[in-house]
This record gives sequence, structure tokens and C-alpha cells, in this order.
Amino acid sequence: MIAIALKITIVMVSLAVALNVYRLVKGPDAPDRILALDSLSINAIALILLLGISINSRLYIESALLIAVMGFIGTVALAKYLKRGSVIE
Amino acid sequence: MTLALVVLLPFLGAIVAPLFAQAGRTAIAIASSLPPIVALAALYPHWSTLAAGGVLVQTHEWLPAIGLSLSFRLDGLSLLFALLILVIGVLIILYARYYLKKHENVGKFYSLLLLFMGSMLGIVLSSNLLLMLIFWELTSVVSFLLISFWNYKQDARRGARMALAVTGGGGLALLAGVLLLGQIVGSYELDDVLAAADTIKASSLYPVALTLVLLGAFTKSAQFPFHFWLPHAMQAPTPVSAYLHSATMVKAGIFLMARLYPALAGTELWFYMVSFTGMATLLIGAYTALFKHDLKGLLAHSTVSHLGLITLLFGMGTKLAAIAAVFHVINHATFKASLFMAAGIIDHETGTRDMRRINGLWQFMPHTATLAMVAAASMAGVPLLNGFLSKEMFFAESLNLNLPGIWAYLPPVVATLAGVFAVAYSARFIHDVFFNGKPVDLPIYPPHEPPRYMKIPVEILVFACVMVGVFPTFAIGPLLYAAAEATLAGPVPEYHLTIVHGFNLPLLMSFLAFFLGLLMYTQRQRFFDFHARFREIDEKAVFEAAVSRVVEWARRFIEVLENGSLQRYVLLLLLATLAVTIVPITSLGFNVGSLGISPIDLPTTVGSLILIGCALGAAAMHRERLYALILLSVVGLMVALTFARFSAPDLAMTQLSVEVVTIVLLMLALYYLPSWTPREASLFRRWRDAIIALVAGSGMFLITLAMLTRPLDSISRYFLENSVEGGGGSNVVNVILVDFRGFDTLGEITVLAIAALGIYAMLRETKLTAPPTDGQGHPWSTDAHPTILKQISRPLLPLALMVSAFIFLRGHNMPGGGFIAGLITAVAIILQYIASGMTWSHQRMPFNLQTPVALGLFIATATGLASFAFGYPFLTSTFSHIHWPVVGDFELASAMAFDIGVYLTVVGATLMILASLGRLTNQSEVKPGAY
Repeated sequence: MIAIALKITIVMVSLAVALNVYRLVKGPDAPDRILALDSLSINAIALILLLGISINSRLYIESALLIAVMGFIGTVALAKYLKRGSVIE
Repeated sequence: MTLALVVLLPFLGAIVAPLFAQAGRTAIAIASSLPPIVALAALYPHWSTLAAGGVLVQTHEWLPAIGLSLSFRLDGLSLLFALLILVIGVLIILYARYYLKKHENVGKFYSLLLLFMGSMLGIVLSSNLLLMLIFWELTSVVSFLLISFWNYKQDARRGARMALAVTGGGGLALLAGVLLLGQIVGSYELDDVLAAADTIKASSLYPVALTLVLLGAFTKSAQFPFHFWLPHAMQAPTPVSAYLHSATMVKAGIFLMARLYPALAGTELWFYMVSFTGMATLLIGAYTALFKHDLKGLLAHSTVSHLGLITLLFGMGTKLAAIAAVFHVINHATFKASLFMAAGIIDHETGTRDMRRINGLWQFMPHTATLAMVAAASMAGVPLLNGFLSKEMFFAESLNLNLPGIWAYLPPVVATLAGVFAVAYSARFIHDVFFNGKPVDLPIYPPHEPPRYMKIPVEILVFACVMVGVFPTFAIGPLLYAAAEATLAGPVPEYHLTIVHGFNLPLLMSFLAFFLGLLMYTQRQRFFDFHARFREIDEKAVFEAAVSRVVEWARRFIEVLENGSLQRYVLLLLLATLAVTIVPITSLGFNVGSLGISPIDLPTTVGSLILIGCALGAAAMHRERLYALILLSVVGLMVALTFARFSAPDLAMTQLSVEVVTIVLLMLALYYLPSWTPREASLFRRWRDAIIALVAGSGMFLITLAMLTRPLDSISRYFLENSVEGGGGSNVVNVILVDFRGFDTLGEITVLAIAALGIYAMLRETKLTAPPTDGQGHPWSTDAHPTILKQISRPLLPLALMVSAFIFLRGHNMPGGGFIAGLITAVAIILQYIASGMTWSHQRMPFNLQTPVALGLFIATATGLASFAFGYPFLTSTFSHIHWPVVGDFELASAMAFDIGVYLTVVGATLMILASLGRLTNQSEVKPGAY
């Protein structure tokens, strides 16, 4: 049962990732692209967790955790750049 | 005390002595004289062994793989030179106390002098040829610094550069020669080399090795045609000239010839090369000396000529000649050093060194005059002085050469002629300076006797000249015998150190030289007129022109190769790689190995397509910087996912953390760049580059394909097997980083720290003007730190620190470790920088950013050094398991302390780099309300 569910979710999340990339390329503006990058990293968390479940390993949880932290900080930095130009002041 | 410590003492002194510079010249002179005096005391107990013909060799291993060892050797020859270096060194230190003026940088002077003393001692005491070479190069470098001590003088700088170029170039030749010798013998230890004399001389490489070694010796000892640097080195302060250019450094080449005499001498090639070079140097130096009006110039050329004499003696190849050569080394050092010091006194007291102006000083400074005259008489070879004895031996040997036919007359004639010139220039030194009427237009008038203690070194040396001259056997006999024994490395023939050997041919040659020399001096005006007809060659101008020509060539070559265009470098790099690999790669083709291609699944395919697409997109969109940066972030994320997918969680975590730091860094830089750049490359260039990139990428793909589809037996198996057992951790990546390859990691974090400090130092004073609006012309927001962002990011800090601590602690066994943990901490703090500002964050950090970097390096190094305390090599690790309440079984490895060092360095360095860039922005901050 879980195997089938996994397969379906992986396909769906992969599709979501592809759609994120579409938005990222299409734009039209920088904020759209930053948002696309942010949701892309969230989908990446999902992908990496699904991967961990499928091979029955808990090692990937930390990677997912890190993507969560780092993705957030990257988004913050990009947004700050758009608003203020200087990231660290 | 070991010989290594004797060599080390002056180096220690060079560090300590400058600390006394504030306490005045006397204090620093006393401090500087301690190392040589202690060294002399340390050598004293060995004298009885050496006098009995013993040799002391002390060897410590250093780099056995290349034959380099810290081995030192004390025998008669090295003792003789060590004594010259130390005793004259002490006298020079005393003399320089009065020579240097109060406002001069005495700390630097004494430090360099002691450095030189240590290097010179190293040359004469080394028993390993490679070790000797290291000290040899050191003397070249330190002498460069000493000659250019008055670096505000252009002549001093040029003279120093010339000396360095000539002696340093000779050092390179010597390096090649020594390597060849080592190859012939199979060892660089002096004992082995001397024992293998027959093998060396029979070897087909002997002529090359000999030429190269002699090139080193001749350049250092100012032999023709390399003699020109020595007179120009006279721009140095006089104590330096007295020490380096009469007693020690120029004798290094002579020492080398004496040291390798048993191994290299005795062949026809040696005879012709060494003796003819010596003869030419002897004559040219003696002839030129007569026409120099500069006091030190005369002495310098006379030194060249005496060095030629010693070389000629070594070249003759007879045992008695070698003994005479060693004897003349001592004699020349004593009389020439005292003459230089006297010249320095005269310069000091009259303000000039021009002999056309300095006359009749006898009336003003009879004491100094007496000392200088005795020394000059010794230089001329007057009986009852030491110069006479070795010169008589030289004359006698020049008659004993078995040259065919008319050539047999050449050496004695050259010797006598050089003797004539020597008498003439010595007479000029005495008569011109101390008599010959009244002084002309002296800058300092009337001259006085120098301070009492300034004369003491001269007195001691002149006393030595007289003692050796009158009681040779008593004063120098045993030392000379020991030195001769060591030089010949065999039985010493019978020789007599008596004042007069009876009336014989050598004595007649001496008389002839005296008579003709004095005659020549009285008729000097004619010779001056004759000499003036020739155009004087200014070696310095020739040399400088040659140097600037070479520099110009080098600059042009660099311009062709390195024009500052990064695109061009990548292009050249790719083309070069392709040129080398295109043939093997084409023949490799689409080659799938025995493992076959793994099955394709959907997420991997989607990920790869995104990776490829975004990488291409970043290249295509590179002119829109922010867009390209976002695309690059996707690439980074996808790479991290790929790592995770193919079981490399450590790499994935590192990649993720590095990614964020990189993006912040790029955005800091982006702020100052236009957000959009126009297209500059032509269509042709873009297509050309695209094709080259495609070809190179395909090559990479084919290689990777072929590699990954084959079973590969790499070193990783060893690491996997030994990780738990040897390093106490089951995470191989981390065990490699902190244990197996700990030394590499230490080097890497050191580089990281240096880079961070470098960026900090370079950007500290930099101020950049911030662009007032963004790329579209919108003004920046005035809200620097939005409240919502602040409130969200603050609780993130403890959470991120906890993640970081967790990843650090379990790093040894599971993915993680100091490096990743450091990056996470750094990123968490960067978030505070972004959200709340640097000022806010630093107010809450009770230390500056250099502290963690320094502390981290210290901890890592200390962990490594701690192994020494337990008798293990550097960075040996140990581990054990302890049981903590609540936590459970917990492993404690010494590598963990090392990992803490890595952690701290990474945190500090990352923050320092970003904060330095951020500070640029701060200084140029656009004030709110300005628009």
C-alpha cells in the first residue's frame, strides 16, 4: 500500500518541482522568481523525505531540516536584496 | 652542547637582540655579542678532540626521503672558519656600536648581522650538502638586506640587487651541482661524498657537476668574471664590508672548495678551471685596486685579488698549496677586516673616503694610523707580518707547478706581478692617506681619533697579524694543522712555519715585488694616465640595463599570456585540456563498462533535466545578474539533492550550507554592480565558445561514464575498513577529515583563516559609493530591519545552534562534523545580520570575529601537538567511550577537540568575510530621508 502511495506522491511532487521551475523561468518579475525558488526548496524537502522513506533511512531527515533552514535564509537574503540592496548592514 | 645549538644561537639572538634596541646601542651590542661568545664557549671543549685529528659529526633526521638531514660536522676546517666567523663577529659587533649613529635602526642592523652569522656558521658546520645549500642561500639573502641597509640610497639598493643576482644565481648552479653529486654518490652526507672521491672523478657527470659547483663557489667568492659585484657591495655600512666582504661571506666559496677538495680536486679539469680563474682574478683585482680613489674601493679590489690568490692556490692541486691557501684565508681575514675597520674610522672621522682628499692623517690620528699601516704592510707582504708568510708559501708553490714548456713561467710571473701591484696599492693606502701633505677640503675638519673602544677590534686584529707573523708556530700552528688535515682528508705533508727559509727564489721574488712595487707607486701618475685612456665600464649601469631588459621581456610574455580576461583563461585552459585529451577520449568513445547503466526513475530524470536546464539558463541569462543568481541557486539545490539521492548525505549538507553563504556573498557584491550588462561578445565568439564548451563537456561526460560504469578499487576501501578501528568513528568522511587526513585539514583551515584575515585587512579601509536606486530606478525601502522579519528570525538562532550542536556531536559517526556545524552556525548568525543588522548582532557578541578564528587554529594545532607529549607523531588521535547519565554511551575522541578547532575557524572566517563586505555597505549607507 505504502509503496503505491510513495510512487504516486513522488510523481506528484516531481510535477510540482517542474511547475516551480516553469514559474521561475517565466517570471515575470524578480519576486515571482524568488517565490518560485522558495517553493522549489520546500518541494525539495518533500522529495528528499520521500526518498528517505522509500529506502527506509532516517539519514535524510537532517538534510531536509537543513534545506528548510537554508532555504528560508536564502529567501530572506534575496528579499532583503530586493528591498534594500544591501543584504547585511 | 650540540653543534645544532651552536648554529641556532645566533638565530635566537637575531630574534632577541632587537628587543634591546630601545635601551640604546651599548645594550643591544652587549645582547648581540652574547650568542657568539656562548657559541665560542660551547666549541671550546671540542678542541682537544679536533687537535688530535678527531671529527665530530652529529646527525638528526629531517627529510630522509630526499636525503636531507640536520647533520653537523666539526673538524679542523670547520672549526677554523667557525672561529673566524665568531671572533671577528664579536669584534664587528663592538665596532658597529660606535660606527652606527644614534638615530639609525640598530635593532634591524644587529638582527641581520646575527642572522648572517648564523647562516654562515650553518654553511661551515653543515655535514649535509643540501643543508649547507639552505644556509648558503640564506647568506645571499641576508647579505642583500645588509648591503641595502641604507635603503634610501639608490646605489646601495642597486649594489645589493647585483650581489643578490650574482650570488643567488651561483647558488642555483651550486644546487644543480650538489644534486648531481648526490646522484653520483647516492648520498648528500659529507662523509659519503668525501669517501666516494674516486667514484665522483670517474663519473661521466663529473665535468658538469664540477663546473656547477665551481660556478657557485666563484660567484660567492667574487672570482673573475663574476667579481664585479663585490666592489659595488661596498655601499654597505663598513662593519658589513669588514665582516661579509673580507672575512666571511666571500670566503664561503673558498670554504666550499676546501670542503670538497678531497672529493673534486686532483684532476686536470680542476687544475685548469680553478687555477686559471684564480690567476685572472688575482691579476685583475690587484691591477684595478691601484686606480681606485675610494678607500673602500681599493680594499674591495684588493680583496678580489686575494681571493683569486687563494683560489689559485687551491687550483694548483698540491697539498702544500692547499695548506698555504687555508693559511692565507686566516691571514687575509685578519688584515683585511682590520683595514676595513680602519677605513670605516677614517670615513667616520673625516666624512669622506676619497684618497685624493684624505692626506696627512698621521698628524690627526697617529694611533689609528699606526694600526692601519701595520695591517696594510701585512697586505703588502712585509716580513714579520702574517701576510708575508702565506705569500712566501704562495711564491714557492707557484714555482713548483709542472706546466709544459714556457707555460711553467706563467704562474711565478703572474704571482710576482700581482705582488708588485699589491705593494703599490698598499703603499698608496699608507702614503696617500697618512702622509702626502695636508688634507684637502675635508667635510669634517679637523679629524680626531675615534672613541677608545672603536679601536679595540682593530687593535686585536692587528695584534693577531703581528703574533702570527712573528711566532707562527705558536700562534696558529695547531689550528692550521688541524684545518689542513681536514682539508686534505689524509696525511699532511711536512711544512715549516718559519719566518725565513733562507735565501731562495721565493724570497727573491718578494724583494723584486717590493722594489718594483715602490717604484710603481712613485711613478703612479704615469700609470694613472695610462689607465685613464681606457673607458671605464660602469658595471652597475650594464647590470641594471640587463635586468630591466629581462624584466621587459618577462612583462611582454606575461601580457601575451595573462591579459586579465577571465573568459580567455577559461578558453586557454579548456583548449589546452582538449589538446591533451582529445585523442584518448575519442578512442574511448561511448564506453559503458561492466557495471552497466543503472535504471532511470522519474524524480532523478526530472531533477537532472532541471539541473541541466538551469545551468544552461544561468549561462544564457548571465547578463541579468539577479536572474542568473536565482538560477544558480536552483542548480546548487539540485546538486545537493543529487548528492543525497546517491548516498552522500555529508556532501549534500555541506553543499546546502555553502550554497546559502555563497548567495549572500554574491548578493553583497551584486549591490555594487549594475543589475544588467549589455551584450559585448560578437556572434562569432559566442558560437565559438559554445562549441568549445560543448566539446569539453562531452569529453567530461564520456570520461565520467566510463569511470562510473566500472568497478573501481580505490583507496576508499582502506578508509572504510580502518575508520572505526583506527579513528573511532563510523562516519568515514569525518574520520578522514579530522584523523586520517587531519594534517590536510589543518592546512586548509589555516588557509581559510588567512584568506578571511586578508579580506578583512584589504576591505577595512575601502569605501564604496552605494547606488541610490535599484536597477529599475526604484528607490530602496527605508525600513532597514522590518519588525516581522526580526521577530521571526530571532527564535531561529537558538534552534539553528541546536541543530548545529547536534550535527557537530554526532559527526564522528553519522553525517555531520565541525565543518558543516560551523557553516550552520555562521548562517544562523548571518540571518541575524540580515534581519537585525550588524551593529545589533555585534553588541550581543562579546568578542570580535578574529577571536574564534585564532582560537580555532590554536585548538586544532594544540590537539596535534598534544600527541608529542605522549610520544606519538603530530596529530595522532585517540578515543574512548564514556557513559554519561541520560545521554548514554558517548564516545570521546581527541579528534573531537580538533573538530572544535575546525568549527570555530569556519564560523569566524565565514562571518569575518561576510561582515567585511557588509561593512562596505554600512560606511556608504544611504541615509533615510535622502530621497
